[in-house]
Amino acid sequence: MTRGGEQTGRWFDDAAGPVVRPYAMTRGRTRSAAEGKLDLIAVVVADAVHQRTVTDQTLSPEHIDIVEMSRGTPQSVAELAAELDLPVGVVRVLIGDLLHAALVRVSRPVPPAELPDERILREVINGLRAL
Amino acid sequence: MVYGHSDLGRSPIVEPVTLKILVAGGFGAGKTTLVGAVSEIKPLRTEELLTEAGRPVDDIAGVEGKKTTTVAMDFGRITLREDLVLYLFGTPGQDRFWFLWDELATGALGAVVLADTRRLEDCFAAIDYFERRGIAFTVAVNCFEGADRYPEESVRDALDLDPGTPVILCDARERESAKNVLISVVEHAMLASATRR
Repeated sequence: MTRGGEQTGRWFDDAAGPVVRPYAMTRGRTRSAAEGKLDLIAVVVADAVHQRTVTDQTLSPEHIDIVEMSRGTPQSVAELAAELDLPVGVVRVLIGDLLHAALVRVSRPVPPAELPDERILREVINGLRAL
Repeated sequence: MVYGHSDLGRSPIVEPVTLKILVAGGFGAGKTTLVGAVSEIKPLRTEELLTEAGRPVDDIAGVEGKKTTTVAMDFGRITLREDLVLYLFGTPGQDRFWFLWDELATGALGAVVLADTRRLEDCFAAIDYFERRGIAFTVAVNCFEGADRYPEESVRDALDLDPGTPVILCDARERESAKNVLISVVEHAMLASATRR
């Protein structure tokens, strides 16, 4: 194997990449058992009663961020990823952990395989018109 | 008396029904502009890290040290009601990220294909993809300043669209115009699902 060669460019700050490699936060895991439920628009919500999260030593700061962000305010997987500035795959694994620990719930009212019913589509059209 | 969500018995939080519409088109066709024109939030960006295993077709000669590629997807949100939220996802431009399209397309209500008449061929791949997957889409011709205007019919012919596929002229920067594009997508999706039943 030859080395790729000219690595003369210097990387500073953000260009050098994250200080912590994203998948280090998931301890190397790239998949989650709950993956199928975690579509980009699946809604994550934490119950307000879970105050114990803060003391749970097995959780990373990012886990706690997710719980805090979705406490009382449902958040989509995409929004959580954008807000935390983490790849979607990483956020999915973290949410999977939280689901397993029953710290958050995930709802996906319309099953991904089917189109929402006509009533909902009509409501979308009316809603868009009223914007 | 209304007992909303009393069956959950745990919290009064309204969990919205979420829906998504994809916005596809060639590089520079105005995808993020259209999303931004109707979104209530500044378009957000999610990123997906791809590992070597995920992209076998890439020639990585010269960049052997690079282990991952980042694909960005911009998205916006429209809260139609407290319990009904529509997300708009701009699809990644490069063809080699088709597998990400599959994930995005799953469960999508429909799609917008933004066309630029100066580079119509840029949207062939997207049209092909949605036709194959049976996803309802509207072709929105983004009327760029300085680009020649063509009637909808010539665009339809040039793209060899099915007769039922809506083609509309739009200005992706204008909220009203972008709204009309989205309404057309949902109406078309409704018709398409009605005929399928």
